[in-house]
Amino acid sequence: MSEARKYGLAAAAGAAEGPPRSVGAILWRRFLEHRLAVGSLIALVALALLSLAAPLAEAALGLDATKVDLLSLKQPPSAEHPLGTDELGRDLLLRLLYGGQVSLFVGIVAAFCAALIGTAIGLLAGYFGGTLDTALMRLTDGVIALPLLPLLIVLVAVDLTKLGVPEALTTSENISLYRIVFLIALVGWTTVARLVRGATLTMKAREFVRAAEALGANHARIMLVHILPNVVSPIIVATTLSVGNVILLESVLSFLGLGIQPPMASWGNMLTGAQELIWDAPALAVYPGLLIFVTVIAFNFLGDGLQDALDPRAVK
Amino acid sequence: MLAYIIQRLAESALVLLIMSFVVYGLIGLMPGDPIDIMISANPDLTPADGARLRALYGLDRPIGERYLNWLGAALQGDFGYSRLHTRPVLEILMPRLGNTVILMGISLLLAFALALPAGIIAAMRPRGVADAAINLFAFAGISVPPFWLAILLIILFAVVLGWLPAGGMPATGAGAWAQVEHLILPVATLTIATVAGVIRFVRASVMEALRQDYVRTARAKGLGERQVMLGHVLRNAMIPVVTIMALNFGALFSGALITETMFGYLGMGKTIYDAILGNDFNLALVGLLLATLTTLLANLAADLCYTWLDPRITYE
Repeated sequence: MSEARKYGLAAAAGAAEGPPRSVGAILWRRFLEHRLAVGSLIALVALALLSLAAPLAEAALGLDATKVDLLSLKQPPSAEHPLGTDELGRDLLLRLLYGGQVSLFVGIVAAFCAALIGTAIGLLAGYFGGTLDTALMRLTDGVIALPLLPLLIVLVAVDLTKLGVPEALTTSENISLYRIVFLIALVGWTTVARLVRGATLTMKAREFVRAAEALGANHARIMLVHILPNVVSPIIVATTLSVGNVILLESVLSFLGLGIQPPMASWGNMLTGAQELIWDAPALAVYPGLLIFVTVIAFNFLGDGLQDALDPRAVK
Repeated sequence: MLAYIIQRLAESALVLLIMSFVVYGLIGLMPGDPIDIMISANPDLTPADGARLRALYGLDRPIGERYLNWLGAALQGDFGYSRLHTRPVLEILMPRLGNTVILMGISLLLAFALALPAGIIAAMRPRGVADAAINLFAFAGISVPPFWLAILLIILFAVVLGWLPAGGMPATGAGAWAQVEHLILPVATLTIATVAGVIRFVRASVMEALRQDYVRTARAKGLGERQVMLGHVLRNAMIPVVTIMALNFGALFSGALITETMFGYLGMGKTIYDAILGNDFNLALVGLLLATLTTLLANLAADLCYTWLDPRITYE
């Protein structure tokens, strides 16, 4: 796959008319041709900026996102509450923005950590081959085959104090956030590992790697300096695509009451009571889900566009 | 062939053994133990009684010894009692496994029945109008949170239109229509969540097969498009699709857990979820192992499908 990408790029650079362009410029132009991906990138940046601006919105509206107001439950939109209030009288717009911070943070950080683990495993398996390769790939296949959601539910339920995690951490209000990132990274590395292993196998046979070996470079240097930069584009594509999946997984776990714990808002846990609220406040059941949907589909379009730009020979 | 099946079954048994130990250990790390629950339910029990009960049930032993005891009993067919249902766990799990197999089986068949034509139509004219529409649907399908989809379907079909029940199981002895009625929304949810991914694989795989030399040969010798597609392309294109589906069987099970929980459908997924939340350790442990076993057997079945799809493959 990466081999094809190399040749495709070289061909594009060679065939380009006018002044020679840099590889980055070619990739960027190719990416811009993918309108859905460009639109998604803009939407995601806007969403991220809006979420980060939550404290500003809080100040501008003169509200407190965590303040429970039992006298104004499930209010319709008003000047004071632009999207109305939830079942505890909290401002819906502010909760959605803070929820966005959490969902985007979990999605990006967990996908990144999973990509690190997957890259390490894929590089080691592909480069050293033999028994190590067999063992690591068996492990990967095993993790892929498992019914992950039920297992994650068990893992989430584990009492951290029994594992000897320091109390300062277990009682921290962010513990549910750290735990979900850790657990998703722990199970989410398989796709990247397989891709990196495959790409590493192809790269290992290439002349420049043999040359580096002949010059006496050690294993770590060959893997990190010679192979890794050449397998980076499948990693980028797979990681972008997995951000969407991670956000879905986080929202499911939070929805089931096992992910992000209230009072911290996440789009998933905002929907927890939604089934009972469908009648009197449908907005509460619709908006958080819609935001999850839009964010996930945007990451998927973005990943698709990146794949077209970085890997034009892939089957489309 | 027989030797291959035996080897695979032995491997599956090994994976199951490892899983049982890991899950047993994890459950030991969950907050509280059965005696804590007995004590909290009965104010007459003192901590001293608790200690005596722990010794009686062997809960004061080290985890390795407890696991071996459990394993010894399990191998003789004694999987213990469910705390929530106060009945042997297998008696609870078997009918529910049946319910889950019905839900997953119908959804999987429907997903294939819809994805095959959709994927083929999309692949025949890449970047055409039909391809764009199918592609958009597929992206939406992989990006929608399944639990939110369930909420939307409940709003539409149970609350607004009032056509179908919002969830639950039919009363015992209810007619055939009641059985079907309670299946429609869960099956629809799981099918939509599954079909999108299958469409993408079928499309990619058919496009890949269309480029092969044997397709050119078939066309050159004057076969009609229909014959080329059904006789030459489809069969070859199915091989990677079956692989992916088998690998994704664990994901299908995760989808079933969400669907069952949303609709109160008494299947394995909901049972495992309720068991973990209700500290029903025996039920959760055996349920998870049964779910894993189902996944492993599905993988094996898919492998055996290859020999039928592709006579070039033989297992030694």
